[in-house]
Formats: sequence, C-alpha cells, structure tokens
Amino acid sequence: MSDAAVGSSSQSTVPAAELLLEAPSEGITLTREGEVAVLTYDAPGTPVNTINSRVAPVFAQCFDLVEGDARIRAVVIVSGKADCWIAGADIEELRGVTSAAAGETLSRGGQALLNRLAALRKPVVAALHGATLGGGLEVALACTHRIATEHPKTILALPEVQLGLIPGAGGTQRLPRLIGLRAALDMILTGKNIRAKKAHQMGLVHELVHPAILRAVAIQRARELGSGAAPSVAPRTPSRDAATRLLEDTPVGRRVIFQQARASVMKKTGGKYPAPLAALDVIARGLSAGIDEGLREEAAHFGALTVSPESRGLVSLFFASTALKKDTGLADGETATPQTVTRLGILGAGFMGAGIATVAVQAGTLVRLKDASLERVAAGRRAVRDVLKERLKRRQLTPLQFRDQLLQVGGTVDYTGFQATQLVIEAVFEDLAVKQQVLREVEAAAPHAIFASNTSTIPISAIAQSATHPERVVGMHFFSPVHKMPLLEVIVTPQTSPETITTVVQYGKRLGKTVIVVRDGAGFYVNRILGPYLTQAGTLLDEGVSIDAIDAALTSFGFPVGPITLLDEVGLDIAGKAGPIMTSAFGTRMQPAAALAKVIASGRLGRKAKQGFYRYDAAGKREGVDDAIYTMTAHTGARRVVNPVDIQQRTVLAMLNEAVRCLEDGIIRSPRDGDIGAVFGIGFPPFLGGPFRYLDAIGAATAVQQLDALEARFPGCFAPAPRLRAMVASGERFYPHDSTS
Amino acid sequence: MPTYGQGHRVAIVAGVRTPFARSGTALKGYTAIELGKFAVAELMQRTGLDGSLVDLMVMGTVLPSVTAPNLAREIALLPHFPRTVQAYTVGRACASANQAITDAADQIALGHADIAIAGGAESLTQVPILHSRGMSDALVAASKAKTLSQRLAAFAALRPRDLVPITPAIAEPSTGESMGQSADKMAKLNGIAREAQDRFALRSHQYAAAGTADGRLTAEIAPVPVSPDDTLLAADNGIRADTSYAQLAALRPVFDRAYGTVTAGNASPLTDGAAAVLLMSEARAKALGYTPLAYIRSYAYAAVDPAEQLLQAPVLAAPIALRRAGLTLRDCDLVDMHEAFAAQVLSNVQGLASKAWAARAGFSEATGDIDETKLNVLGGSLSIGHPFGATGARILTTLCHELARRDGQFGMLTVCAAGGMGHAMIVERA
Repeated sequence: MSDAAVGSSSQSTVPAAELLLEAPSEGITLTREGEVAVLTYDAPGTPVNTINSRVAPVFAQCFDLVEGDARIRAVVIVSGKADCWIAGADIEELRGVTSAAAGETLSRGGQALLNRLAALRKPVVAALHGATLGGGLEVALACTHRIATEHPKTILALPEVQLGLIPGAGGTQRLPRLIGLRAALDMILTGKNIRAKKAHQMGLVHELVHPAILRAVAIQRARELGSGAAPSVAPRTPSRDAATRLLEDTPVGRRVIFQQARASVMKKTGGKYPAPLAALDVIARGLSAGIDEGLREEAAHFGALTVSPESRGLVSLFFASTALKKDTGLADGETATPQTVTRLGILGAGFMGAGIATVAVQAGTLVRLKDASLERVAAGRRAVRDVLKERLKRRQLTPLQFRDQLLQVGGTVDYTGFQATQLVIEAVFEDLAVKQQVLREVEAAAPHAIFASNTSTIPISAIAQSATHPERVVGMHFFSPVHKMPLLEVIVTPQTSPETITTVVQYGKRLGKTVIVVRDGAGFYVNRILGPYLTQAGTLLDEGVSIDAIDAALTSFGFPVGPITLLDEVGLDIAGKAGPIMTSAFGTRMQPAAALAKVIASGRLGRKAKQGFYRYDAAGKREGVDDAIYTMTAHTGARRVVNPVDIQQRTVLAMLNEAVRCLEDGIIRSPRDGDIGAVFGIGFPPFLGGPFRYLDAIGAATAVQQLDALEARFPGCFAPAPRLRAMVASGERFYPHDSTS
Repeated sequence: MPTYGQGHRVAIVAGVRTPFARSGTALKGYTAIELGKFAVAELMQRTGLDGSLVDLMVMGTVLPSVTAPNLAREIALLPHFPRTVQAYTVGRACASANQAITDAADQIALGHADIAIAGGAESLTQVPILHSRGMSDALVAASKAKTLSQRLAAFAALRPRDLVPITPAIAEPSTGESMGQSADKMAKLNGIAREAQDRFALRSHQYAAAGTADGRLTAEIAPVPVSPDDTLLAADNGIRADTSYAQLAALRPVFDRAYGTVTAGNASPLTDGAAAVLLMSEARAKALGYTPLAYIRSYAYAAVDPAEQLLQAPVLAAPIALRRAGLTLRDCDLVDMHEAFAAQVLSNVQGLASKAWAARAGFSEATGDIDETKLNVLGGSLSIGHPFGATGARILTTLCHELARRDGQFGMLTVCAAGGMGHAMIVERA
C-alpha cells in the first residue's frame, strides 16, 4: 500500500514513523506513528502472504512489543502486497504434517497466537486489501476492527473445506459469533468467496474504503479506538429478522439449523467428505460448551483431517493444478514465445462453439462466430447471451458489461473478419472430411491463425493431413458445458510446433481452464480412460444389472453422476461415434457392450432429445429409468442384483488400468496430468486425488491381483498394464516422494 | 491534381451499418448508442483492425440522448478499443454523419490522426421527450425546496397544459415549417408533379430491392439481434419489393391535403439505424496492408435561406466540391443523392441543371445534367430509410462499393439537411 494522503482533516500532521522491529527474512516490520503501531506484512520473494511457522513467532514478538510500549495505544495490521492481505496458511507446511497429533499441535499454536491477538489490551485494526483467506481471515477475525477496500481483488473466505480441512485457528468459533450461525455455516461449509461489499452487508467488516486511503483511515480509526472514544464509524451489525434470531439464538433453533446443514452436506457430498461434517460438530460444540471447548474440538478435528486421505487427495490436486498454472505446455528444454490471442474464430455455433465463445468473451477476446446460416449463428449467440444473463442476474456483470461482452461476438456466415484471428477453433460436425475441408478454408481465410479442433474422437494427425501448415494444427478438447467444466485437453501431434502449443496452453489458461497437454491418439486421454469404464458399465447392463443400480454404485464411489447417466448427458450419438474408433484402436476392452450398441442404434440421443436410458418430461427434467431399454438387452428377465462393490471394481479398475496405459504410451506426460484430467474432466472422486493417487493408495499389487482375476472372467478387458505389473515387483509408486498419500 | 489532403490522402477503408428499420419496429429496443455500437463493433471485426491503432472517433446524431450526449465517446468505450480513443459527437441535421466523416478526414489531412472511425447513429423510436417549461420550472423549484410545503408550493403553479410533454418535431425552428411542408413547397416552386415523385419513389424501392436480393446492400450490413428472441436481422425492413406505382399513387398527401403532392410513399420514413466508416491516411492504410475502397477527393458544404427552398443547398455544394476536385459532373461515374423526399431529389436534379442556381454558387455555367443511369443505382433513403445521423455514412459506403463494382473512377454524393444546408463529396478510386 502506498502512503497516500488522506482527505480527512484530523490528519493535518503526520508523525514521523519510528521503526520498532524489522524481520526482513519474514517480511514483517513494526513501526510507530504517534500512538499507533503499524504492523506491515510483506513476505519476501512471493506475491502472497501466508501464515507459517516462521512468521508466527514474529507476530507474537510484535504483540509483546505493542503490549509493553506505553506510547502505543492501538495497532494497525496492513499488507505490503499489491492484492493480497494474507492468503491463508502455508499449504506446503501443512503437507509436511505426518500425524494427527502434529496437526493438532499446529492448530493449537495458531489458536494461541490469535487468542493473544484477540486479548491484546490495545485495539487492533485490520486494514484489508486483496485476498483475505483461511488463516488470513482468522487473523482479521481476531482483530478489533476490520476495514476492507471496495475493490474486486478484496475477497474474504474460509476455503479450508476445499482442501478437506476446517479452519484451525479459531475461525469456526469466531465467525459464527460475529456474523451469525447460518451465514457462518454458509461460508465454512462451502468455502465460498465473499466480496468486500457483501462482507460489509454481512457485518464481517466494519467499513469499506477506497484502496488509496485504506492505510490512512485505518490509522485514524486506530487512533480513535485507542483514545477510548467511540469510533466515528459504528460497527455494522447484520440485520437479522425475527425468525433468524429465533433460530440462531436458541438451542432448539440451532439444532434445527445444524440438522438442515448436515442434511444439505450429506446430500451434496454423500458423506464422502469428512471436513464439513467435522466443521458442523466443532461449531455446535463451541456454541453449546463455550469457546475454549470449541477451540479444543477445532484443533482435534483439524489434526485428524490434516492426515486424512481425503485431505491428502484434495491437497495433491491443489498442488497439481497450481503447478499446471505455471506450465507452459512445452517439454523440458523447449522454448517458444506464446502469441497473445486477442481475436478468436469459431467454426460452428452449436452447443460447443457457443460455449467456447462464452468463455472467450469473458476473457476479453473478440470472437468471430461462423456457421452455415444466420439462424444457427443467432442460436449460438442466444446461448452465449443466456450464460451471460445468468452472470448479470448474479450481479457478476453490470448491464453495460453484459451488452458489451455480447457485442464481442460477431456472427457471420462467411469468413469475413477471420483474417486477423490468431486462433480458430472448429466445432463443426464430427466428420473427418468436413474437418479437413474447414481446415483448408481456414488456412486460406486466416493465413496466420492456429487451427484447433475441438473434436473428441478424431485423431488430430488425421485432420492435419490436409494442412499446408501442420505445425499450426492442434486439438483443444473442451468439455461440456464449457463455461462450467474446468478442464481443457490440448492435443499435440509430432508436427505441432512449440509456439502453437504454448500459445493455446496460455490461451486456455486465460479462459480459466486447467490445461493438460496430451499426445494425439484415439480418445486422447479423458475419453480413452472413459472407454473401458463405459464398456464395463454396458456389460453389466447386458448381464441384467439395472440401470439405476449401476449409476448408484458409482455415485456412491464418489463420481458426480453414474456412467449410464453420463451417456445420456453426453449424447448417445456422440458416444456412438466414439465406439468404433475406440474399438478399432484398442480392441475388446473398448468394444461397446451389446446393450449400448442397440440403444444407440435405436436412435435415442439422450437428454438433449429427452429420450435415453432415462425418461425425461417435456421440460427435460429426468423422471426415471426407461424400462423399455431392458427389452434391448440380452437379459430380459428380472434384474439381477449385484454387489455395488463388484460394480465399482469392474468399472473403476478398467479406468485406472487404462490411465496407466496412457502413461505408458506417452499420451499423458505425468501421473499429475492424469489425475487432473480424470478429476476435472470426468469427475473422478477428488477426495481420492485421481487415478494415480488412488492406485498408490490401494497399491499396485492389489490392483494387479484384482485385474488378473477380472481378466480371467472377461478375457481381453482387464490385462494389467505392463507398467503396473512391473511396479509390483519394484515397489515403485506413481508419486515416489509423497509417502504419506 | 488538386486533391484534398495536402499530402495526407484520406482513404475510405471500409464501411458497415446496421440494418435500417422503420422506427418503432425491429430496432425499437435499442438506443442510438447501442445501434452505433453494433455498427462499429462489426466494423472492427470485419476489418480486423487493432482497436489501439484508432486515433479518433467522430459520430453524428441529431437527437442526442440527454443523459449521454457524447454518443461517440460511449461507443469508443466498447471493449474493442482501449479506453484512450478520444471521441466526440457532431450535429449537422441530416448531414451529421457527413460532418463526422469530414471532421475525421480533416484530422487525417492535417496529420493529427492516421486512423479514424466516423459515422452516425439515430433512434427515432427512442427520442428524448421533454417536460414543458412550466413543469421543468416546478421540478427544479421542488428539488431546491427544503420543506414539504415549499415542495407542494412549487407544483401548485402548474396548469394542465404544463403536463403536456414536448416531443421533438421535424420542423424548422426559424420558420416553423415542417420538413414535409418544405418539400411540398419545393414541389410547387419547381413544378415537380406528383407522378414524377411517385415514379421516383418506386424506382428507389425497386433498385434497393434488387440490391438487397443480390446482396450488394446486405453485404454492408451487420446482423443485429431483434425480437422475438434475438433472431438476427440482416436486411433493411422498409424496402418494399412488391410496391407498385398504383399503390403509391393511391396515397393521400400528408402535409397539404388540398394541393400537396408529398405523401408517406414519396417521403423517407422515420428510421432507426447506425453506420460507420473506417478512414485512414493512405500511407497508414498501405502500411497495414489494407486496400482502400476509395479516397476522398474533395467536399463542400453550403446553405440557402431555410425559408426559401429548405432542401436545395446540395445544388450549391456540388459545384464547389467538383471545382475543388478539378472535375465536372460528367466525370462522375456514379451520383448518390440523399433522398429525403422525391420532390427534393427531383428539385436538386433540376437545380443542378440550372444556370440560375449555378450563378448563386458563383458559377457561370450550370453544374450539369445528371445521367439517370448513374443516379442512386441502389435506391436511397426513400426506400432504405433515413436514420438522420447515420445516413451520410451509409451513402458513402454504398457509393464506394458500387464504384468499385463498376470499376468507376469518380463518384459524387450529396446530402440535404435541415436549416437549409447541403453537402457534397467527391470520392475517387486509386
């Protein structure tokens, strides 16, 4: 923060600052400006401030100094970072915790530090600008007064549950007491981001100011509070209606709230995630037995959660996606300068084309959207409009931004306006000849552009055969719906140039996607590991297992939807196109089951046509299994009941085994990419950390043993990947350095 | 060769417009600013120009929004540009877009700008409606009032007639004469028969319909989403391919019901729409690899007494522009005259052929006879419509494109404007 002058008249003379403490290696300085001490945190060599074992003692030292210095009457805590106050605990350090006891000790230490802060006999003003997350928000909660900047970068949240943890430094206790039980549960159970304005409305911060005057106002407020005078800005208390008060302030009412919250957590997570349930217990305990007991409970649960497999899996994904954010997409030693994409051409204004346009305009790109007729272009534009309208409704866009972003989409039925595009993504009909044709057209109309295919099944090398510039041909496999799905598979052929790769990887990241670079091959990565999984699901159907039983087994395993539902969602026509390609590339293990082939041949398209394995009402709402499907299966009698664990084993092991084959074949660069692709592309249970993490957890030996047994029953479908078998002998793991997972 | 620009020859690189729609129809949901944004956004997309290279935007509008009077600046704040493109809005009645274009061209000619966007936008649906003087006074007094009784007192003086809002009229403030009355008067003064007017209006519709059917006109149009449910409108909706002389002849005169000849059929309709052109110095256009449609060779403005023949000033501007271009009317391969009224076009044509009118502009010889086969070959405002502030940019764009199609060398456009003003511009191809 700059020392900008404040407009307030009470600031006529600024006292010279006296340095009280300087800890350069931790980035903490404590100065005295008159009767106000200013603690500035600016961690060296990193854009974010975190709470870790190195800074905690320095903070404690500052608190001691302040307490012992009679000249000081109040404190301000401010960050030296451009847009971060304190972004939370150091997760790297958390990863080093190897026992629940150690995790509990860590939490107790954090609690003690913040209890010390909360108990200071001098008021403390938190001057918040930028990310105030997790442990950072817990520090702010322990302060007397919170001032936030009204700025889009100022975000407050307790995101611990997203890493399988709970707030461990008193957040579970202080937050409900400050903003009320329901609002606190909403924040702690979801980890959602709260913008400054909302934080002010909730009573989470006392006042909002412009960033330029944050420091000066904070010092002025500290001076007021320190002098014992009532501050000129009254703390805001959230307005709670009578019903809310009745619920939150009585034991019976609180029990109702906790029951509702628990039911909602169970519904969302299926009980697969222990952290939100632990948070509920800890908060309830604190409200019934007092804050000290609540803190004890918080630390105990925090400790247990740090070493839980769920948290390990989520933390591993966090590190993997953080690493991918820095990944250029290039192999080691390769260098190329990415081109900045400011103009994007999209061929095909259908569901995918419009979806890509939607994320592109939000990233500030000018989009040229082409289709065969103005009617189709208009339909694509409407799809963009509808998503943006949703953002407008949620006030994420102003009406002007909504209209202007929509104006970034220029519709066309010819190639006018393509000459200046740096990138053209085709999302036309899934047919090799059509794709090769548009590639030739694009090479003529947009002579400098990279040509990216959004195909999900056709090998990129095959499309590139018609290219004059195969070095500029690449695959960009988005997932549907594009504005919600976080993954982008970038598919490279041996001819794709490093500049092309790094340009599309960088652009994919600008679209807000997590990007993995995979080598060309049938199904690429995500659809390839989906292949044998779906084949097994279909075979189970052939054997007489009911559709809902198959889906239920896999949602119970942790997938967001079961495999048969997935087929309905993706579209049976698309699945039908993939089948033969995958079978011819990989043989029996990808051969669609007889039932699947029959249903696809029957012309059912899935959800989009309101007819698939399930029934849908006129509005598209799903009603139940369509029993007519069973007449198309080999087993037409009563449904066979199979142990869900057997269903899970057959389908999931087939997927895990295929993932290892992809690693062997060099389709994916690393287990990390494989884990990210499966979790972000398919919804592989995040708490398992991904296929490779999960294989490490169950062990190669167990996996191979089970695969061998299944291969005996289903020849050609489960032969363990050679690498997996070799790992049994060598004891090797996919993540060799992380023995705790 | 005496050309305009003093070394900085001004190129017309591209032009784009929205469809023109009769006011109160397809585009009624859009303000002039929004219409302008559609045209300019598509201009930027079609040309592929990097928005940061634009030095200046000038737009014309006749009825500016009271709350956002600098329409050009609002358009320049599109995400297609950095926020640093300076922009202003001009008004010269129906020649506002022309004024915007010549202002921008002047800046290029002076070397103050290399790349400029100019044009105009108008919504004649969403016009500002004003409170009466009495109501305005009461509202201002009420806003200053400190007590309820003072506030009530402010409104106490209101009379029923103060409640009647003031809508903008297309009438001359100086004479009180409406545009239609002026056209009717010109028809009488110049002896323009009703039949000639209707036949000219029919011709306008037929030519515009042909240009729409074969895509020459629609090629200049940015598709705009319209109700219901944002279908894309990509053609003008006022052109009547199926109209006939008999239908036009059957219409009753509007302004002088007894002796008048001006009808709704031979007058341009109230229209919503926007148009913009991209101008560059020749050197910059070449450096960026653009092939200009044409270059500005000269232009002129002139005025007559609005009480005399309100829409006859193009007759004075044309010979001046031609002299500045070092050309004669015969050198022009195409002439595009703004069609406010058929009576006005035919009066202008007559005036150009007249020695008396030439003398008023200081010439001893008549400007010349207009070859009918070169005049408004794609129709004009009578059929396509006339969003006041935008028309000039539409005409320039169409003229340049058609000149290229015919491989012509020189083209002239003229525009008449309220206040008795007129404009003419000569363009040339490379």
